[in-house]
Amino acid sequence: MLSVDLFSCDCECGCAAKIPPDRLRSILSDLDLPSSASLVIGPETLDDAGVYEISDGRYLVQTVDYFPPVARHPYVYGQIAAANSLSDVYAMGGNPLTALAIVCFPAEEFGLEVLKEITRGAVDKLREAGAVLLGGHSIIDSQPKYGLAVTGIVDRDKLMDNAHARPGDVLVLTKPLGTGVTIMAAKGGLATAEQENEANRCMSILNAAASRLAVEHGADACTDITGFGLLGHAYQMADVSGVSMEIAVESVPVLENALEYAGMGLLSAAAYANRRYVGDHVAFDDDIALPEQDLMFDPQTSGGLLVCCSEKSAELMLAGTREALSVSCGIIGKVTEKERETVIRVRRGIASGKGSQ
Amino acid sequence: MAEIVDARGLSCPIPVIMARRALDAVASGEVQVLVDEEVAKENVSRLARSSGCPVDVVEEGGEFRLRIEKTG
Repeated sequence: MLSVDLFSCDCECGCAAKIPPDRLRSILSDLDLPSSASLVIGPETLDDAGVYEISDGRYLVQTVDYFPPVARHPYVYGQIAAANSLSDVYAMGGNPLTALAIVCFPAEEFGLEVLKEITRGAVDKLREAGAVLLGGHSIIDSQPKYGLAVTGIVDRDKLMDNAHARPGDVLVLTKPLGTGVTIMAAKGGLATAEQENEANRCMSILNAAASRLAVEHGADACTDITGFGLLGHAYQMADVSGVSMEIAVESVPVLENALEYAGMGLLSAAAYANRRYVGDHVAFDDDIALPEQDLMFDPQTSGGLLVCCSEKSAELMLAGTREALSVSCGIIGKVTEKERETVIRVRRGIASGKGSQ
Repeated sequence: MAEIVDARGLSCPIPVIMARRALDAVASGEVQVLVDEEVAKENVSRLARSSGCPVDVVEEGGEFRLRIEKTG
């Protein structure tokens, strides 16, 4: 039995380790990128994956994600890293086919048995997704990082992107928020075993079922909630779609104790970076407390899908998601006509709709 | 006499953990927390406020001294 605790290494956890989005955007906007008639979705729309037409109506979907440990057990870390990497293919409505592992590892300090366990976790998750591991690349690094470059496939009529949210749509979130603060609490020895296990379980859940249901019920737009937090990813989708959004804070599903952890200041640097990135475009009702706000900027690891669809589609989608996954999910708000200054309004109260919590 | 917690050079969540331990250990009085990162300053401030303790932050040459008053 491996006794290594990956939380013992001193590093930013999971998707909190991302380079701030405002700085990333400036890099790509300065470059003259090659183009192609087959390029369907490139980096300009900040979507979850790139999409490239390989034959009439058939698209390749490509994405990559990797990050430092988000769980203390190597196997669980591998599972979550794989689920997180696969999620971007699901966010586009695609099915994953192949993966390449990206590995940075302190082989001398931790030993290769630990890397084997991480990889076993990832491979088991790939098997669950119906995808195969083709290989990967590894380097010695003082801080472990693990993830996958994933290639998937999607047909034109199933493709979902983040650019077609419509006023009148409702917003559906298919997993609870709070993984960022819970990971931080676990690292600090404050989370209970139950809270840590539940966060790990949620992060390990593939977004496959939620994606299939979103496609089946005709979603207008979809993204997954990861390192930029709910508000960061919602903002990107609203901005690219040319709409605004309203989120009802009490309808947002949240992991147990996550609000308390946010109140205690168990926030990563990325949580503050996310606030800087979109804070000027978000308006909170006056009675929304700071911990509630912080939770909405909290970077998520392997979060749920944020889907824009009709209320009727949402109810059908959620019934299927709850049955398949046993996770807290629901209608959290709606898409509205574009406002000039405010892109996201966060209101006290419950979202309308039978599918809301 | 204030309890002083030196959390400089330590990354989150350790400053919050250390500050919380110090606040739990005193019935009342001042706890000072030293940090050298903006994120740690913000996090410890949030901890203080959620604990119902007034906090005053002073910047000292790129470092921060948080004076937290625990009322009994």
